[in-house]
Amino acid sequence: MPRDMSIKKVLVIGSGPIIIGQAAEFDYSGTQACRALKAEGIETVLLNSNPATIMTDPEIADHVYIEPMTLEVVKRILDIEKPDSVLPNLGGQTGLNMSMELARSGYLEEHGIRLLACKPETIDRAEDRELFKETMDKLNQPSIPSEVVENMEDALRVADEIGYPIIVRPAFTMGGTGGGICETREKLIEIGTNGLRLSPIHQILVEKCISGWKEIEFEVMRDSKGNAITICSMENVDPVGIHTGDSVVVAPSQTLTDKEFQMLRTAALDIINELGIEGGCNCQFALKPDSFDYAVIEVNPRVSRSSALASKATGYPIAKVATKIAIGYTLDEIRNDVTGTTSACFEPTVDYIVVKYPKWPFDKFVYADKSLGTQMMATGEVMSIGNSFELAIMKAVTSIELGMETLTLNTLAELDNDALVERLHVQDAERMFCVYEALKRGISHEVIYNITKIDWWFLDKMQHLADLELGLAACNGTLTEAQYKEAKQYGFMDKTIKRLAQIEELPCEPLRAGYKMVDTCAAEFAASTPYFYSTYDSDNEAANFLEKKEAAEGKKKKILVFGSGPIRIGQGIEFDYCSVHCVWTLKKHGCETVIINNNPETVSTDFDTGDRLYFDPLTPESVDNVIATEKPDACVVQFGGQTAIKLAKHMDEIGMPILGTPADSIDEAEDRERFDELLERCNIPRAPGRTVYTLEQALAAAEEVGLPVLMRPSYVLGGQNMIVAYTKEDVIEYMGVITAHVDMDHPVLLDKYITGRECEVDAICDGTDFLVPGVMEQVERTGVHSGDSICVYPTQHISRKAIETMVDYTGRFARELKVVGLVNVQYAVAGDDVYVIEVNPRSSRTVPYISKVTGVPMVDLAVRCCLGEKLADMGYGTGLYPTAPYVAVKVPVFSFEKLHGVDTQFGPEMKSTGEVLGIASSYHDALLKGMVAAGYTLKTPGKASCCIFTVKDTDKPEFLDIAWQMRDMGYKLYGTAGTCAWLNKHMIPCNLVRPISGEGPNIVDLLQSGLVDYVFSTSARGRDPRRDSVKLRRKAVELSIPCITAVDTAKSLVDCLRSDHEMKKVDLVDIATLHR
Amino acid sequence: MNAYLLLANGMVFAGKSLGCPGTTLGEVIFSTGVVGFQEGLTDPASYGALVAQTYPMVGNYGMNDEDKESDSIWANGIIVREACHTPSNFRCQYTFEEFLKANGTIGIYGVDTRHLTRILRENGSMNGAITTEFDPADPACADRRAALLAQIENFNAADAVAKVTCKEAAVYNEEGTTHVVMLDYGTKRNTIRCLTKRGCKVTVLPAFAAAEEVAALQPDGILLSAGPGDASNVPEIVENAKAILNLGKPTFGIGLGHLVVAAAAGVPTIKMKHGHHGANQPVTDLSSGRTYITAQGHGYAVDSEKLPAEVGTVAQVNANDGSCEGIQYKCWNCFTVQFNPEANGGPKETEFLFDRFLDNVNTAKEAK
Repeated sequence: MPRDMSIKKVLVIGSGPIIIGQAAEFDYSGTQACRALKAEGIETVLLNSNPATIMTDPEIADHVYIEPMTLEVVKRILDIEKPDSVLPNLGGQTGLNMSMELARSGYLEEHGIRLLACKPETIDRAEDRELFKETMDKLNQPSIPSEVVENMEDALRVADEIGYPIIVRPAFTMGGTGGGICETREKLIEIGTNGLRLSPIHQILVEKCISGWKEIEFEVMRDSKGNAITICSMENVDPVGIHTGDSVVVAPSQTLTDKEFQMLRTAALDIINELGIEGGCNCQFALKPDSFDYAVIEVNPRVSRSSALASKATGYPIAKVATKIAIGYTLDEIRNDVTGTTSACFEPTVDYIVVKYPKWPFDKFVYADKSLGTQMMATGEVMSIGNSFELAIMKAVTSIELGMETLTLNTLAELDNDALVERLHVQDAERMFCVYEALKRGISHEVIYNITKIDWWFLDKMQHLADLELGLAACNGTLTEAQYKEAKQYGFMDKTIKRLAQIEELPCEPLRAGYKMVDTCAAEFAASTPYFYSTYDSDNEAANFLEKKEAAEGKKKKILVFGSGPIRIGQGIEFDYCSVHCVWTLKKHGCETVIINNNPETVSTDFDTGDRLYFDPLTPESVDNVIATEKPDACVVQFGGQTAIKLAKHMDEIGMPILGTPADSIDEAEDRERFDELLERCNIPRAPGRTVYTLEQALAAAEEVGLPVLMRPSYVLGGQNMIVAYTKEDVIEYMGVITAHVDMDHPVLLDKYITGRECEVDAICDGTDFLVPGVMEQVERTGVHSGDSICVYPTQHISRKAIETMVDYTGRFARELKVVGLVNVQYAVAGDDVYVIEVNPRSSRTVPYISKVTGVPMVDLAVRCCLGEKLADMGYGTGLYPTAPYVAVKVPVFSFEKLHGVDTQFGPEMKSTGEVLGIASSYHDALLKGMVAAGYTLKTPGKASCCIFTVKDTDKPEFLDIAWQMRDMGYKLYGTAGTCAWLNKHMIPCNLVRPISGEGPNIVDLLQSGLVDYVFSTSARGRDPRRDSVKLRRKAVELSIPCITAVDTAKSLVDCLRSDHEMKKVDLVDIATLHR
Repeated sequence: MNAYLLLANGMVFAGKSLGCPGTTLGEVIFSTGVVGFQEGLTDPASYGALVAQTYPMVGNYGMNDEDKESDSIWANGIIVREACHTPSNFRCQYTFEEFLKANGTIGIYGVDTRHLTRILRENGSMNGAITTEFDPADPACADRRAALLAQIENFNAADAVAKVTCKEAAVYNEEGTTHVVMLDYGTKRNTIRCLTKRGCKVTVLPAFAAAEEVAALQPDGILLSAGPGDASNVPEIVENAKAILNLGKPTFGIGLGHLVVAAAAGVPTIKMKHGHHGANQPVTDLSSGRTYITAQGHGYAVDSEKLPAEVGTVAQVNANDGSCEGIQYKCWNCFTVQFNPEANGGPKETEFLFDRFLDNVNTAKEAK
């Protein structure tokens, strides 16, 4: 069928903020969807609360609503925009759930709006556990013995029938939230209770645990005609039991014969046909390693993380094709974009192996429970392509940015063999390294297999790498050329080879990688899409490709753009936004762009974003290889976050021109001493501070500058391991911590802590002039990481003079640092006084946000500056850009329910995984929208509703007013001993509640009573999960009780609660038309 | 041991010996499947071919006796990038190399098969040789190289069907109620299984069996099987086929069987540039509009433009290149397909064609 011409205007629902289990992959799929719709001349309306995304760009959709993703808001948008259809299946679980609610409530039918691509019945049959089981039974597809229950009693009964261990899977939650494996009745009570609560329909599946079976996935597509194809098979290295999002995954499957492969492929096609899905779908199977027994684990009736991976792994644009199917096309009518000549109704075949490796946040959360299970914990992932498993996994470990060059994790060397084998039993983020260590020590594959159930094939391949590594280490400085070449072929970097072999010089000229093309068809057809990966084969398709292309079209100015690697806390999707915009602008201005990146979830790794895509690690050697083939004229480092910035020095060393700000300026801003000199040259004050090496020096310095002081190690900026010391004891503790963990060659920086407001400025500079689109104010004071603070534009509490000063300082920095492009400066403001906290001559987290609300296309202008244009000619003026008539509030979003044992209290280290935007004509309305969008439920107190206060001494004075207001609203107050006494002393009635460690009934019982609406908890010391305060906050997270851990956020929340404004009275804003 | 692949155009790929040493000639083809290597090698249709696997790691799951599609490997040689010596699968009995050795097959590994595929894609498939006996790129071996090139030039597998067909008739599933006679042009075992599991008694006859022999068996239906090469190599079989088709029994042709029926109807066949070898070929059924993913392994196709309307109509086409994938005949009770609905390896979704064939058979039976 050709496209349905009655579809003229479509609402696309995005996936909201980045949280664990729902990351950038939906920006990739949503962006592809919007572009596909636009290409068909269909008007698109987009709803997504996440401002850091590309899909919320005014160029991507015709109408863009960055608004809270609630049912009420969607209905209002439908009323305003009157689209004829809703596209629900490309915005992750959030988009899907919301669309289903709309459909079920009858709203869509009432208003004559069509739900494209799927029917609610289909979704129910895939996602409702009971209906799913019925469907599988009907198809004779084996499923795992299980039963859906709605209360604990039944759960226990079913578990007794099936037998332990069992797995709990809550219905309709994403990323397996709230699920887990229970070996015992006690564990089932714990996990089951939680799962019942987290499931929006209070259902859990109690299922026989089949951990140890192989986990195999198929990505399937189907159209309205019934054509159905599989895009890709995937095999999890970790067997069933570890969430696929936390598993190392290879594509295609490696250990299945044609019989098993076709058996599961046929099952996947039968399932998608029976469900009648029109679009993409993901089927997960468990396959018994020693028979043909299998079971269907799960079916995702939508575009998912796995489809993003399958898309990048094969080159087949799943999201785009799914969109075309949704608007009526059938697969045979769609062209294969890669070959340009063949049909999209075919199955991609690959001539390489792909490895996906998860990126976990445990390097940030040292106290988090690192064990992996059925609930996903990874914030992001990397993908790598090679022509052997060895090469691919080596590329993957060098891409995850843990400082690893091989699978050797040095800390494991300390374990003796018994301890190591014992450690293999622990399913955690380091298990792959643990297996490798065991292989290196010659522990038998049988022992490892019996514990881990990781297939022998993977063990054998990893053994090969272990042998190569041991072989290099054993060569005693006499490396042969053959050995070198072999090591290269399997992914060892030159510097790694030199280090392992303890040699200064390689035995021959360094080998350069050649490139092969990803073409969906294993070279059967000529492909027109330049998507490459490196191997050490002599053939270099990229070089041939370039030769032909340049002979035909001539040579344009060629720019290399570095992506930002895996999504992690502190470096999220915003840098993909910046990289992609950089590429687009370069292309618009006649440059040819070459992208290197390793993240399969992003728009930047879509093969049609740049002129060429190299899907490879962002290490200096990998980049050198690309440069050797591409011979670019220059590179850009300022848009790809820290990952790209780290390459600046290397680019400088090899003489590759960097467009825009020079590498030395980056160093100048990061090196403390040079930075101090810079400040002096600019005549800009900073908070008084000292550089100290010992505790004595620290105490003396603290006395000199006066407490409180901000302390941090000098080797890192940006809030890692920063604390605010209020007392001498704090200074002593922190010095103790830091001297224990950090090499004291690097001093500790101790600065006077400015109790003030933190402001942030992003500016564009052309070398002489600069433009500040807007000044932002952090709601949280200094000491809370700016990424975790609510942020507001324009500033609300800053004097005109201070703003002028900040703009002036920013200009001074820009000129002195020779910034060409973007610069981000953070300031502390106390009254009219402005102090500099840090300067980053690169793009920042706030660039997409501020670009969207001010209408200044920052990356676009910055890139044009890099290309030599002048701001004065760009039409946006210079200096401070006129303030927008709207107030925009950025509110951070966390994934604490996924991260066990992580203290939820804000601090100098960033913890949020994503963000949402609230935009309105007044600060209060914007804040209200932001809070609602971030998931804060704004409750009205019921008869017995209460709040709990337990705050540290320094916060107590400021919490008085908050407590009073909560009380005034009708809440009953409870406090732990100190807080309670303080409140009572100040005439605010508060009841005492016993602490967690106290006898019952205590604070836990109160939390579980269901009467607590809000918890306010701050403590002087946190992090360690054994502390009462941390336990309390964790408990609140588990019970989904909002727990506010910072005083300014608490004030903002109270403002919202007390404001007489309601969400439904606040106007919705279409930001796409705002600046037109 | 070093091994070399010499192509008819003089290009040499150096690698290492895999399986047996020696020299072997054949038509170099590439196959794009990511599974099903064993099935492909033991498919008699691969007779005369030097098969290059585009998937870079071959033998990951090993080889076993169950998945053989005939008694032995028929390909003349095998070209891979990397052969796995540590396979893993619960049914694995042999490593890939052990299996090659047991079948006396000469192979080479360490070849960049993607590079090779691109050459074959651009130049079309060509003959070649694998040798472990000398380095064709070595100027000192120029004479031997010239001699080998001459042999390569002259290589053809015109005798393929005679080589691969069964030597005598055999009956499968004696108790079956519907009797199908199959002419074995080089069939895979699974074609027989597809019939027996549908309750057929299957009598398999050698490829050159005459129509009288077929008629004497009083079949309810006739299957002309897949096999190596083109109909033009087997004029005798084409002649026989005419007579067999004229028996008026419902007939189903697969692969070479499809080409033979076309030739019997006077429709020419053409050599394709590099053929279809893989498990991902899309075939559109023109009557339903549905597209199916199919397994294929053929280098020739029916020139469907020269198919007279009164003889038959094209029923299926390849969705990628539009080539003829199936014909419904008017002059005979017969339909044929170019692809392999019996799969093994490859997708199973066109297995329903066996049902369609048996429907024809049963209709004819009832009409009697």
